Amino acid sequence: MAQDLKPSISSFSLPKTLKLKTKQQELLIRVATLALIYILAFITRLFSVLRYESMIHEFDPYFNYRTTLFLTRNGFAEFWNWFDSESWYPLGRIIGGTLYPGLMLTAAAIHSLLRFLRLFVHIREVCVLTAPFFASNTTLVAYFFAKEVWDSGAGIVAAALIAICPGYISRSVAGSYDNEGVAIFALLLTFYLFVKAVNTGSLAWALGSAFGYFYMVSAWGGYVFIINLVPLYVLVLLVTGRYSLRLYVAYNCMYVLGMLLAMQIRFVGFQHVQSGEHMAAMGVFFLLQVFFFLDWVRHLLSDTKLFQAFLKITVTTAVTVGAVALGLGMASGYISPWTGRFYSLLDPTYAKDHIPIIASVSEHQPTAWSSFMFDFHILLFLFPAGLYFCFKRLSDATIFLVMYGLTSMYFAGVMVRLILVATPAVCLISAIAVSATVKNLTRVVRAKSPAVQSGSTKGTSSAKGSSKGVIDNSQPFQRNGAIVLLLGAFYLLSRYAIHCTWVTSEAYSSPSIVLAARGAHGQRVIFDDYREAYFWLRQNTPPDAKVMSWWDYGYQITAMGNRTVIVDNNTWNNTHIATVGRAMSSYEDEAYEIMRSLDVDYVLVVFGGVTGYSSDDINKFLWMVRIGGGVFPVIKEPDYLVNGEYRVDKGAAPKMLNCLMYKLSYYRFGELTTEYGRPPGYDRARGVEIGNKDIKLEYLEEALTTQNWIVRIYKVKPPKNRW
Amino acid sequence: MAMVPQPLLILLFSLSLLSIVNSSPSQHLQIVDAERRIDLTSHIIKVYLTLKVENLGTSAASEVHLAFSPTEVEHLATLKAAATSGKRKKKTYVPLDVKSAEVPDGPNGTKLFSITLLTPLSKGGTTTLEVLYILTRSLEPFPVEISQSESQLVYFRDSAILLSPYHVKQQTTFIKTPSTRVESFTVVDPTKRAGTELKYGPYENHPPYSYSPVLVHFENNNPFAVVEELEREIEISHWGSIQVTERYSLVHAGAQHKGVFSRVDYQTRSGRSGVSSFKYLLAKLPPRVHSVYYRDGIGNISSSHLRTDSRKSELEIEPRYPLFGGWKATFVIGYGLPLQDFLFESPDGRRYLNFTFGCPLVETVVDKLIVKVVLPEGSKDPTAQIPFEVKQHLEIKYSYLDVVGRTVVVLEKRNVVPEHNTPFQVYYGFNPIFMLAEPLMLVSAFFLLFVASVAYLHIDLSIRK
Repeated sequence: MAQDLKPSISSFSLPKTLKLKTKQQELLIRVATLALIYILAFITRLFSVLRYESMIHEFDPYFNYRTTLFLTRNGFAEFWNWFDSESWYPLGRIIGGTLYPGLMLTAAAIHSLLRFLRLFVHIREVCVLTAPFFASNTTLVAYFFAKEVWDSGAGIVAAALIAICPGYISRSVAGSYDNEGVAIFALLLTFYLFVKAVNTGSLAWALGSAFGYFYMVSAWGGYVFIINLVPLYVLVLLVTGRYSLRLYVAYNCMYVLGMLLAMQIRFVGFQHVQSGEHMAAMGVFFLLQVFFFLDWVRHLLSDTKLFQAFLKITVTTAVTVGAVALGLGMASGYISPWTGRFYSLLDPTYAKDHIPIIASVSEHQPTAWSSFMFDFHILLFLFPAGLYFCFKRLSDATIFLVMYGLTSMYFAGVMVRLILVATPAVCLISAIAVSATVKNLTRVVRAKSPAVQSGSTKGTSSAKGSSKGVIDNSQPFQRNGAIVLLLGAFYLLSRYAIHCTWVTSEAYSSPSIVLAARGAHGQRVIFDDYREAYFWLRQNTPPDAKVMSWWDYGYQITAMGNRTVIVDNNTWNNTHIATVGRAMSSYEDEAYEIMRSLDVDYVLVVFGGVTGYSSDDINKFLWMVRIGGGVFPVIKEPDYLVNGEYRVDKGAAPKMLNCLMYKLSYYRFGELTTEYGRPPGYDRARGVEIGNKDIKLEYLEEALTTQNWIVRIYKVKPPKNRW
Repeated sequence: MAMVPQPLLILLFSLSLLSIVNSSPSQHLQIVDAERRIDLTSHIIKVYLTLKVENLGTSAASEVHLAFSPTEVEHLATLKAAATSGKRKKKTYVPLDVKSAEVPDGPNGTKLFSITLLTPLSKGGTTTLEVLYILTRSLEPFPVEISQSESQLVYFRDSAILLSPYHVKQQTTFIKTPSTRVESFTVVDPTKRAGTELKYGPYENHPPYSYSPVLVHFENNNPFAVVEELEREIEISHWGSIQVTERYSLVHAGAQHKGVFSRVDYQTRSGRSGVSSFKYLLAKLPPRVHSVYYRDGIGNISSSHLRTDSRKSELEIEPRYPLFGGWKATFVIGYGLPLQDFLFESPDGRRYLNFTFGCPLVETVVDKLIVKVVLPEGSKDPTAQIPFEVKQHLEIKYSYLDVVGRTVVVLEKRNVVPEHNTPFQVYYGFNPIFMLAEPLMLVSAFFLLFVASVAYLHIDLSIRK
């Protein structure tokens, strides 16, 4: 849209008067800049498509892609009622009731719109480009948000900053078809509309924000952040004495409608009234009613003393009733307690001690300083400056932005993946800093120049004016300082742009399904082993075969291999995952019993010993042991360690050398020479010679090992005849 | 197949024949000399048959019949005949028309095909015919399942004696095997084996419809690449390009793979391990091919090489995994071609596409080939000219910016071998004005958008002033 406005304006206004008015000029430049930013946000995310191909990345996006495919083929009703028997064998999964459908519905809607416009694109292309498209839209929302909070200059800067911010790009490159791709757009849109509603007190904007919230709920579990941040914000406004009817209208409309709409999502259901995480919003809702009521009573009562007494009674009653209701709800189990994931946000060490399955995911780790620097670059320094400007010009809107920034920064520190949520706030606040600074500096530069000129002309005409000379001397100093600072700011911003492009191209644009490496002569070597194995499964195994693998690969096996898996990335059943972990860490005969009981036909392991690929199953193995041991005490972590050390060479623990995972990873590996000048069986991922080279398999047989040995698939033999 | 002693079988045949022999349309012909060369080196069996026919009857004969057993007919991919004239070095071949004969089947369901001679064979005259026929899926792997280290052995069944509706005076059959390893073969005296060649005959004076089954068990490790279904979509754009999309579902139709597939053995002992499997396929594409891609349902397959020169293009493709017996792979090959190489205008003003039928993969059998020619939007009255019999029908396909849809000429043929890679033509009428339809649509859509945005900026819709 934005890019089409520009030519229309220029072409229309040019014939009338070739010289545009200043206001028109400003509009033209603003719209043109926004259009360029919109395009930039899209194309900077296309590195992966150009370098690899138009494909879905990582793990979760494969599930989203598979469900989108199902949705476009079978229609919404079928999708909503889909019972998927291909995952979590033998339990299955009710897809319609256990996912956030926003992303799939968005992609399917775009797809059918394009088909309606006679553009017959494949649904895969739509899925691949959904995230960049929404990232572009996010830049527009960021513009309007910053414009609402500060001014249009800050809006442009915010749009430019968020368009290339690595923290956001990491989750929205082409092919990264994940909930976050659309959710950040929805999140920012909801916030923007809510701030707009608070600023105007208009029901229409509040309604808009309720729908934005609905979209957010349908797209991502991160909506919990909104439903807790907004009440917190309202509470802060109440405490700081900024209560107004505008706030009352905005919050009530947004909360009530948003809640009712959110209940339409099956996965969320009645959580808004039943779960502990949503109770803050409800509490604030009732608090607002009490406030309004008190306001009204004060309006009626002329006597202050009487009102004071009434206030006391009302507040005590309200607090008591609230506390009793909450207590009763908790005690009767009507209100569910907080979930483990929520706890782990408030207490970063919680997951490590209680939920190994959450702790095992790398993106759930606490954030390191380096990754803050990596994802935010100069924004990290601009953020406090922006906060300073916000505090200097405090308003309802800036308070919201400050709270959003501070809370999300805390969460970003707790969990790596939540850097994403903080990114828009950081960009907005930094944009305010940049915009305000540059504006002040340019004002210095521009305001002084006529004065200097007039001073110099006067100086030449009168030829003395020593007093003016003194003033002129101080002003150029200030002006030069401003120019230097401006240049510095532009230098920093250009460094930011270079850094962002570099990060996008180097770190965030590889699909992780296809691995690329540099060969001996500098040429690019592609390891396409994952797809080799998945496609083999799809083509050459019985259609009802069940594949056991660690849960990381579950979504990919069902999406690309089209085969039933035991566990997958939707880690909803810890026991089931622990069973697989137990099978992997048991001796072969014990594992065989477990696999028989799960009807497993094939076992898939990922092995990086030949290529030096380090995120393979052997390196993940300790998590399998931990998760397995968490449910089945038979599995003990110390059995696999030697003096607390994890090793696979000759000095490894005997249980380690003979467990199923070790056997399957290293079966017949001892015969292979991987590196010149090393003994056969040299594991390049861990840099050691393996400890058990003579591996015999009794209950399994090798079915396929891919070209670079990254994926190895074994067939479970049928039980032996009794006679 | 149950083994019946051969003399008995011949007797059975002969007995059952006696009754109909007289009703046979051309029993007054006789084959003086028949030489058959059966080439078993690949999984596509080529049989070269040289017949010297003599007319013993009273009237001139214009047709010569060939007989095939029902199983042969089922696997018969192509049948060609040519008349030869001249001696050894100055031999010239004149192709002859071959069609399914409109006479009742012979005994035991034997099917007859008739060759129409250029000039009717006069009484007492002789002529020499060269016949080539190709059989597919006629090698039966035995053992049916082999492991990675074993090599593939197959059965070939045929008759030592030429099945013919005529009396055959003298005949010989040569069978060429791919290697010297022949496990066993039926002996019908005189039978000789030398190197890679088996010689049956010469046999003399066999009555019509004589049959003597032979079984050859030999090693054949050539890739048994069979495309179960190939859909070729040829999309014509008058803006200068032809886009070809080929969807393959490939299978290794040899002996089934049994048990383990060991990568160690496959990588380190490549000479002895997995000899019957194959890794590469070669596709011969037209010259000046561009934007070639090779992908499957889950994305691009990175292992392919394209070699182009002025006369041909060769695309070497490697499936994601080596194909062992019974393993399948589906993939898509697509490429663009310059329009002027394939689209021409006929004298009557109609356009025609001249393209190659058949499968571009070398040495591959296609069980079912569907060729779809997608004509540009607005083309009329398509007709197809194919040198052999195919099923035809029309479809409508919608592509980018189509309103009424494109006419698709669908040609369907079963059992296609490389010999079917011959040109075919599709004629259609097309008015060049239709070329402008889609650009005009785009232009008007953008124009409307601009008009709308101009209008939006200049109209005040607010209620309050």
